Amino acid sequence: MSSRTAGAGMHPGWRVLTYAILLVAALYYLLPLFVMLNTSLKSLAEIRSGNLLSLPQDPSLAAWSKAWGSACTGISCDGVKGYFWNSVKITVPAVLISTMVGAINGYVLSKWRFRGSNLFFGMLLVGTMLPFQVVLLPMARTLGELGLAGTVSGLIMVHVIYGIAFTTLFFRNFYIGVPDDLVRAARIDGAGFWRIFFRIMLPMSLPIIMVSLIWQMTQIWNDFLFGVVYSSGDAQPITVALNNLVNSTTGVKEYNVDMAAAIIAALPTLLVYVLAGSYFVRGMTAGAVKG
Amino acid sequence: MKIIKTAVSAALAAAVSFSAQAAEVEVLHWWTSGGEAASAAELKRMLEERGHTWKDFAVAGGGGESAMTVLKTRVVSGNAPTAAQIKGPSIQEWGDEGVLADIDELAEAEGWDDLLPEVVAEAMKYDGHYVAVPVNVHRVNWLWSNPEVFEKAGAELPTTWDEFFVAADKIKAAGFTALAHGGQPWQDATTFEAVALGVGGTDFYTKAFVDLDADALSGETMVKVLETYRKTRQYTDAGAPGRDWNLATAMVINGEAAMQIMGDWAKGEFTAAGKVPGKDYVCSAAPGTLDAFTFNIDSFVMFALDGEDASEGQADLASTILSPAFQEVFNLNKGSIPARLNLPMDKFDDCAKLSGADFVATAETGKLVPSMAHGMSTFSSVQGAIFDVVTEFYNDESISAEAAARKMLSAVQSAQ
Amino acid sequence: MSRSKFDPQVWLPKLVLAPTMLITLVFIYGFVAWNAYLSFSKSRMLPRYDWAGLQQYERLFSNDRWWVAAQNLFIFGALFIVFCLIVGLLLAIFLDQRIRIEGAIRTVYLYPMALSFVVTGTAWKWMLNPELGLQKLLRDWGFENFTFDWLVNPDMAIYTVVIAGVWQSSGFVMALFLAGMRGIDDSIVKAAQVDGATLPTIYRRIILPNLGPVLFSALIVLTHIAIKSFDLIVALTGGGPGFSTDVPATFVYAYAFTRGQIGVGSAASMMMLMAVVAIIIPYLYSELREKRA
Repeated sequence: MSSRTAGAGMHPGWRVLTYAILLVAALYYLLPLFVMLNTSLKSLAEIRSGNLLSLPQDPSLAAWSKAWGSACTGISCDGVKGYFWNSVKITVPAVLISTMVGAINGYVLSKWRFRGSNLFFGMLLVGTMLPFQVVLLPMARTLGELGLAGTVSGLIMVHVIYGIAFTTLFFRNFYIGVPDDLVRAARIDGAGFWRIFFRIMLPMSLPIIMVSLIWQMTQIWNDFLFGVVYSSGDAQPITVALNNLVNSTTGVKEYNVDMAAAIIAALPTLLVYVLAGSYFVRGMTAGAVKG
Repeated sequence: MKIIKTAVSAALAAAVSFSAQAAEVEVLHWWTSGGEAASAAELKRMLEERGHTWKDFAVAGGGGESAMTVLKTRVVSGNAPTAAQIKGPSIQEWGDEGVLADIDELAEAEGWDDLLPEVVAEAMKYDGHYVAVPVNVHRVNWLWSNPEVFEKAGAELPTTWDEFFVAADKIKAAGFTALAHGGQPWQDATTFEAVALGVGGTDFYTKAFVDLDADALSGETMVKVLETYRKTRQYTDAGAPGRDWNLATAMVINGEAAMQIMGDWAKGEFTAAGKVPGKDYVCSAAPGTLDAFTFNIDSFVMFALDGEDASEGQADLASTILSPAFQEVFNLNKGSIPARLNLPMDKFDDCAKLSGADFVATAETGKLVPSMAHGMSTFSSVQGAIFDVVTEFYNDESISAEAAARKMLSAVQSAQ
Repeated sequence: MSRSKFDPQVWLPKLVLAPTMLITLVFIYGFVAWNAYLSFSKSRMLPRYDWAGLQQYERLFSNDRWWVAAQNLFIFGALFIVFCLIVGLLLAIFLDQRIRIEGAIRTVYLYPMALSFVVTGTAWKWMLNPELGLQKLLRDWGFENFTFDWLVNPDMAIYTVVIAGVWQSSGFVMALFLAGMRGIDDSIVKAAQVDGATLPTIYRRIILPNLGPVLFSALIVLTHIAIKSFDLIVALTGGGPGFSTDVPATFVYAYAFTRGQIGVGSAASMMMLMAVVAIIIPYLYSELREKRA
């Protein structure tokens, strides 16, 4: 689980080259974020006259406060702050529920297999590949029948349903790596289905729980398609508000405000990746990548 | 199944609370910025004065493409909005689906038949019943130009396409971009229909884009139109593909470009930049279309909803939209002209006055034609098919005009 | 351990899985079946259920734009997957050399995965636009003849989509490979070192062959991303210039929602689904076989 010890014997020239390549690659990855950040700090006049990489002469957070509190999205001009909380309200329950269901499903599919459970897992996997354009209309109909059309609850349900396939895949592949003997021994000791899950499986699942949380959070927070069609009015998530802000059909384009709003919309997922990115890699190592 | 449904909805309802309010007016629109949003806010205010609550339902993007997706899913889910921004033949398509509500009662009480120009009134009806209310009339065949650039290049404002190319050559030689353009399918089509009208005339235009006549769609005139159209591409700049229309307008405003072919909503950009018509910029009919008028009418369509409150809300919404006060405020903001006849135009600028006069005049000469590029002349499927051919031809020099004309015919036929 | 029918250990797992099974049947397979039915119907603006036979498929197959979209998916998919794998693997190998600031660099490589193209689309559009972005920048710096106008060139625009796509996903592939490398038993590597194997040899002979399962997972994830690519195209090119960068996902969306040709859109999405099935069957096969063993 550690870096190749062989690195120690590497020629210093190669070492410099390695660092150079890694840093050049880092620049490539950072460039779009830099352009966004840089633009968000400039004034409109400066954006028009300068180039993408020229640093702001007079950096200002005005665009940020406008994006947060007073930019117009539709006929209300309250910025994206309200939508930010909408997204939180949608994302938190949807991520938690889908991760929970995925954990239990993965547990059954790896440790309590029954006839047909493999087939079912296969069928579920196809679900991860389903193009979402296919489900927009039938799902709309279903939500209508359930009385959930245009509600936050309905949107959460949609996210949970189409997230389960992935979370189940993560947990199932993780739990497959846990020795069956452990479960067998617990059963001989008289532990039941839930006891084994809560006392043995769950405590060792932190890495994969992190993977599932991060993945689901990224998917749901960034979702636009479901958000735009299954929510309405004041309940729209931030991606929809961002779209309304950026895709204005007329008027002066305030690129600095657009960019600030875009970064605000991206902040939570960015933060999660920065803070918990190492868990992601660790969790993957722990099992999610084992084919 | 019922039990599961109930259980699922109860569980989810418990997880997160949601609110529902009765007797509110929910209007789907894509007016999210600038003067448009201000106008929508005005509508909201006027409606609230009549005691209704306004639930804003704005979906921006792609000239209403995202909004249409949302609308479809909402209708399929049995949760249609009170009204939605739909126009032209699409009103008939929605009518065919049997989901619209009629507002005949109001129309009769207010005498819409006399109030509205005939073309407008016809477009608002499905099967003889009023199902929609018009907001405005846009003229699409405008040429916006910067006189200063023309002067520097020693060029004359063109009134025909031949003159256009003469002027464009001079402007190009003087180091300016002659034609400001944004390479998006609808903008490509906006230029294309202006060329079709200018080169082919109104009869050809109507045959091709309204009647979808096979000879017109693939004949010699169409070939000539296509050739002229692609020639305009040489006068655009390399940054054109994908550019938003308002950025193209900004090029004319800033004096980087001489001309833009765009509907009268472009005027809002000039106004916002503090420019004065006739002095800082000139609005004239697109080359060869002086006596013709390509119209684009925005309208709100009413959806069939349960309850007395809802239809009362719809009637009040329609009545407010057509009220002189709103028509004036809205159209001053948006650059268009009022949809109803005989409103005083003195607050409007010269471009709008010209547009208003031409609208009435062309209605009599029969040279008032619906805009293909803006979905006024065909169903969206046919419009899309024409867009595909036009935009592919425009961008791919290897396709001959003859081949494109043949393709246009087959694409239109298969989309019908 | 004798079990009776009434032993909770027998029915409980099935009961626990039942909701997910029901959801899968209804919300995945039920919807696909519904979509399949629509592809044989005359649906236009809204779903309708009158039978049209193969008419919608005939329309689809005679549509140039569909073939452009299908071809683009192959070009984009192939290049996107290959470049992501190459870039991801190389970066993982370089990062595996006891790099001092590994954590920070890894985060930098990984962060694009956190962002949607709804967020980064505008920035990308600018950078690739010849009048605003890299071309202008380099010309401003004195490279007068530098040309980078792929975004606005119908023949090349699809490659700019690849550039942005690789930017978003290659870091994730890097993380997968790195995780795979760290998962390999150190003692094997140490033994090889004792035997005097050089670094390239160790990678070629021991580490890379052990990354098979990771490669497979990466392939599945990348294929999934490639097929579903929608935001990327919409944000970057809107399918243009013309419809030169249209892909099946945007095609389906345009026909089913914008143009009121739900029948054609459904037929196109059925073709997409078939492609998905063709890809996922081998994966399923390997999965099920593994479990039998």
